[in-house]
Amino acid sequence: MDKSPTLDQQVNHPVSAGEKHFAPFAMTPELEARIDEAISHYPDQIRSSVLPILHLIQHQFGFISAQAITWISEKIEIEPMRILEVVSFYPGFHQSAPGKFHIRVCRTLSCAMAGSENLMAELSKITGIDRSACDSHHQPVAVSDCGTWSLEFAECLASCGTGPVCLVNDDFHEAVSPAKAQDLISQYSK
Amino acid sequence: MMADITYLEGKEPHALEKRLIFKNVDRKDWDTSIDTYLNVGGYNSLKKAIKLKPQEVTGQVKASGLRGRGGAGFPTGLKWSFIPPDNEKPVYLICNCDESEPGTFKDRYIVHQDPHQLIEGMIITAYAIGCKLAYIYVREEFPQAAQILEQAIKEAKSKNFLGTNILGADFDLEIYIHRGAGAYICGEETGLIESLEGKRPYPRIKPPYFPAALGLYMCPTIVNNVESLCHVTHILSMGSEEYAKLGTPRNTGTRILCLSGDVRNPGYVEVEVGKITMRQLLYDIGGGPLKGRAFKAVIPGGSSSKILKCDEVFSITQGDQKVDLDFWDIPLDFDTLAACGSMAGSGGVIVLDNTRKMSWVLNNINHFYAHESCGQCTPCREGSMWMKKISDRIVEGKANAEDIKTLEEVAYQIDGRTICAFGEASAWPVEAIIAKFKDELIADTSEDNTYISKEKELQQQFFQT
Ligand SMILES: Cc1cc2nc3c(=O)[nH]c(=O)nc-3n(C[C@H](O)[C@H](O)[C@H](O)COP(=O)(O)O)c2cc1C
Ligand code: SF4
Ligand code: FES
Repeated sequence: MDKSPTLDQQVNHPVSAGEKHFAPFAMTPELEARIDEAISHYPDQIRSSVLPILHLIQHQFGFISAQAITWISEKIEIEPMRILEVVSFYPGFHQSAPGKFHIRVCRTLSCAMAGSENLMAELSKITGIDRSACDSHHQPVAVSDCGTWSLEFAECLASCGTGPVCLVNDDFHEAVSPAKAQDLISQYSK
Repeated sequence: MMADITYLEGKEPHALEKRLIFKNVDRKDWDTSIDTYLNVGGYNSLKKAIKLKPQEVTGQVKASGLRGRGGAGFPTGLKWSFIPPDNEKPVYLICNCDESEPGTFKDRYIVHQDPHQLIEGMIITAYAIGCKLAYIYVREEFPQAAQILEQAIKEAKSKNFLGTNILGADFDLEIYIHRGAGAYICGEETGLIESLEGKRPYPRIKPPYFPAALGLYMCPTIVNNVESLCHVTHILSMGSEEYAKLGTPRNTGTRILCLSGDVRNPGYVEVEVGKITMRQLLYDIGGGPLKGRAFKAVIPGGSSSKILKCDEVFSITQGDQKVDLDFWDIPLDFDTLAACGSMAGSGGVIVLDNTRKMSWVLNNINHFYAHESCGQCTPCREGSMWMKKISDRIVEGKANAEDIKTLEEVAYQIDGRTICAFGEASAWPVEAIIAKFKDELIADTSEDNTYISKEKELQQQFFQT
């Protein structure tokens, strides 16, 4: 009997409160058209389209599910494991939904000198997130119980002269001193 | 003719600056559209280049003396000429816009504010090296930059600067954006290539995998930094001779320095290479130390470069002569910083003052490298993690003096024993901080800490059973 684990068993997918803000994976003609467009950027080797396809899917569904991996593997005809190994390597791909607003605070040297540790502490307090179980390798993201917020430390975001800096989804914020944490959250909590 | 350039208030260039690449950054009445760029003579360099033979363009870049601005300072024209002359495979150009070396923030402003300058530099480079398909590898944390560049590419295509038979010449080119996904190692050129192939960004071993011969899809590939490619535009526009007059003989042109950390005016400046000293950068441009504090040390070229103490005197060879060079008199060029035992690297200058504990700084840096090691080679994967754990113990007050010795040993066991230069990047900061601040680190330890001996005991038990 074949005892090798199924893809579902291999995909690490802790349940997350953030999931309710995203639709479950389902391919739509619009999304597929964008994926086809991305594939066309790699006329010499289709496998190069793995990262762009993952980005398009994650943007819509919040994270990369086993279903999504299966779909991609059929679409571009490469083994699911070749996709899973990419997803599990890059910190930018999630296997579990982040919050509706995902906040990445830079923790690298210049930002740390400018107070990014305190900014993170302040943000955790305001959003009610407990980061005590977080570590940079295995559990970098912590999601609030309501699923609205998630926090993660990022490495140097290339704006070291204006630290502490952070990203909220795709929005970049500079010079966010710990005292400005509340303002930042207020911008998004409407 | 071009009207005088005016800048946003508070963003005016410093008197010591010489702006080429950043000429349009923070300008009033400036936007990222192609019309704005064309209004100031944009794409004229391309028109010039396309009238030359490709080898002549490469010749100009060689003659300009341009050295790569991504980290290693390798001569750009020379790199291009490494493409095998008998090559029949496709040739690729990749722009490295992964900007993730801690302390570096220059490519960010080029791509956000002056994208056409980069696109023009890329088209000229592609023409010189015989490339028809080019990619810009943009780090995932630059989502707006990716959009701005997409738009710029679309506009350039609509004017036939991209596409087929560019400007009527027998030259076709497409440029596409490829977004990363949050991994520092994608900045290393062979890791970047693997990532662009849709894989984990595991760097390739050199030799044989020098990208100019065996790069993307095992075809000749030139990887250049954003800033390097922008310089190509200016070399064509000024002519290599004029360009080479900027800077100093082996360190030509301008470069952008990024100043961060404990200094009054952090930010970016574009200066002629080697024309300003550490003193001018930190005092005249940086405005000196924060109130009531004193400068202590400087990391001169991104966190991977070796730290320099502000009271150091370096004994270096200049020409055939041995001279003593005071830290404050170091001219900021590639060769002098290398002679002082560090490097110009990516141009990211991080300043530390007397309020900083070196154990804390070291620990922060070690966390970065432990997180970013790709894990392919054992010395780097395990070593970066051990260095992090040992420095964790130091800052937690749980280390003893022997730990510092172990830490140093681990660093030297990584250095020179790995597939890519990340190994050195993670080891050098540790080596330098221990060499220069050992007493300070030891002061943070205590001989009664038995943590390490307990661990050793456990290890011995393990090996005996
Ligand atoms: C660990 C590591 C990280 C790097 N990160 C970057 C980077 O973020 N951006 C960059 O342009 N070059 C980076 N480089 C240097 C590249 O490998 C490559 O040398 C450079 O892009 C070549 O461009 P240049 O010759 O124009 O400088 C990195 C190198 C190493 C070893
Ligand atoms: S040196 Fe480190 S980053 Fe480079 S290949 Fe080896 S493990 Fe990966
Ligand atoms: S250290 Fe935070 S942006 Fe570079």
